[in-house]
Amino acid sequence: MTKAIVAEGLVKSFGQTKALDGVDLAVSSGTVLGLLGPNGAGKTTAVRILATLLAPDAGMARVGGLDVVKDAHRVRSLIGLTGQYASVDESLTGAENLRLLGRLLGMSRPDARARAAELLRGFHLDDAADRAAKTYSGGMRRRLDLAASLIGRPKLLFLDEPTTGLDPRARNEVWEIVRGLVAEGVTVLLTTQYLDEADQLAGEIVVIDHGRVIASGTPAELKRQTGAQVLAVRPLLDGDTEKVRAVVAELAAKAELENGFITARVTDPAVLPAVVRRLDDAGVTVGELALRTSTLDEVFLALTGHRAEDSVEVTK
Amino acid sequence: MTTLNTTLPARVSPLVGLRQTASLAWRGLVQIRHNPMELGDLSFQPIMFVLLFTYLFGGAVMGDPVKYLQFMLPGIIVQSGLMATMNTGMGLSTDLHKGFFDRLQSLPIARWSPLAGRVVSDVVKQGWSMTILLATGYLIGFRATQGVVAVLAAFGLMLTFSLLASWFAVFCGTIADEPEKVMMYGFTAIFPLSFLSNAYVPTATLPGWLQAFVKINPVTQLGDALRGLLTGGPVAQHALLGLLGGLVIAVICAPLALLRLKRR
Repeated sequence: MTKAIVAEGLVKSFGQTKALDGVDLAVSSGTVLGLLGPNGAGKTTAVRILATLLAPDAGMARVGGLDVVKDAHRVRSLIGLTGQYASVDESLTGAENLRLLGRLLGMSRPDARARAAELLRGFHLDDAADRAAKTYSGGMRRRLDLAASLIGRPKLLFLDEPTTGLDPRARNEVWEIVRGLVAEGVTVLLTTQYLDEADQLAGEIVVIDHGRVIASGTPAELKRQTGAQVLAVRPLLDGDTEKVRAVVAELAAKAELENGFITARVTDPAVLPAVVRRLDDAGVTVGELALRTSTLDEVFLALTGHRAEDSVEVTK
Repeated sequence: MTTLNTTLPARVSPLVGLRQTASLAWRGLVQIRHNPMELGDLSFQPIMFVLLFTYLFGGAVMGDPVKYLQFMLPGIIVQSGLMATMNTGMGLSTDLHKGFFDRLQSLPIARWSPLAGRVVSDVVKQGWSMTILLATGYLIGFRATQGVVAVLAAFGLMLTFSLLASWFAVFCGTIADEPEKVMMYGFTAIFPLSFLSNAYVPTATLPGWLQAFVKINPVTQLGDALRGLLTGGPVAQHALLGLLGGLVIAVICAPLALLRLKRR
């Protein structure tokens, strides 16, 4: 398969801070790559370099086969960008924002108007089309940002934390939009702090921390590597704790006691019914039982041995 | 994919860049529709300044408000023009912080068009303010005595100076960590520059050491050139020195500002 995005050995420093310390990436055409990492890991810096907003100190990157530094202008006509930055003009209406971008991309006035109307309708923003963007809710703003990056029908889309700060409903809406775009053949590079989001959307995930790639693979591979889910059991009676620990330890690798819960990392969902059966056989009454997705923190702990630090985000 | 993409244009032709500049200038002007307060700022402030200075200081400075108005209106034009350049810096700073600037930078458009578009829309706004200043002055007794061509030349001279001086505002926009700070930086520089000039008082009334500065101040030179064009007097040398001052500002600030933008 052709690679739509390739990066090799990207390095970028801001003063003393090394935002990227030799990052390699490859995204196949028509797929979604999830770039996963905590605040300050270097995700935004990587996207800014790939989107031609920033030149790397070392290394090279190609987008659509074109060098992002030497052929920056051509790269720009292939890509769409949405993120914490790359936003809209808040004092203009949604429709005006989209029409302006259409005009800048060389559309005639009627074409720009038609494309804006089409996107506003598609993203359920037609009712708010003539309101200033600053009056939009968080979810509407994000949809407008997305629409703004799609005006020129880009073949490649960079989404930098597209759902950070959104409520679950708005987040689902953004996910649906992204899935629709991928179905149309758009290649997407998505950064996120949520394992769940990368799992939902990405065919491949790259985990970065402190400007380095620390793991990569399909969501399934990554989960196998880290234990994607956490099983947590709390017996009704404290006296049963040891029995529960024994049962869980038989089925999962490492059982730990944490606030009255026996927890263990599991990769096989079949563990859950098995645990229920054995606990029943052992005559243990269960107070609480849960199988939940690992948080990014837990994945990090598994991958690096340290928790995802809440360091200051390097956005510039 | 590679062969396909290399057929894309590698850069923007200057003509297309100008069209993009026009679109971005439209953006700056259409904002007024959503924020009528801005039009108020552009209109009421000049009216207030003219009335305030004329009737408050006119009697004290020259014994007659209208006589003072005739002297001081060109000075107000220069000061308010300089102040207005700070809008360019504020707007740029807002775009940088809200992320709209990055959106524009990620588009296949001429690199210079976002900045140029902003400056063009601000120059239009400034032309409007200058018209209001002159109209207000006219209503209370100011008379341009040198004809229509000279008035148009005054507009041309003032807006050209603003174009040059706005590089200082652009630089402020790139160094301020929030848009409000731009105004602070700007006023810190513009207040002394515009008041330590002969915009409001004749140079001869000042102490000698101050006269030395006032005479080399580009605001003085530009004010005298506008006086020449509007009410009579020598023009050429003052205009050249005034523009030279603007050029010095641009030559110092433009590279610094562009470097800041590039290094973000």
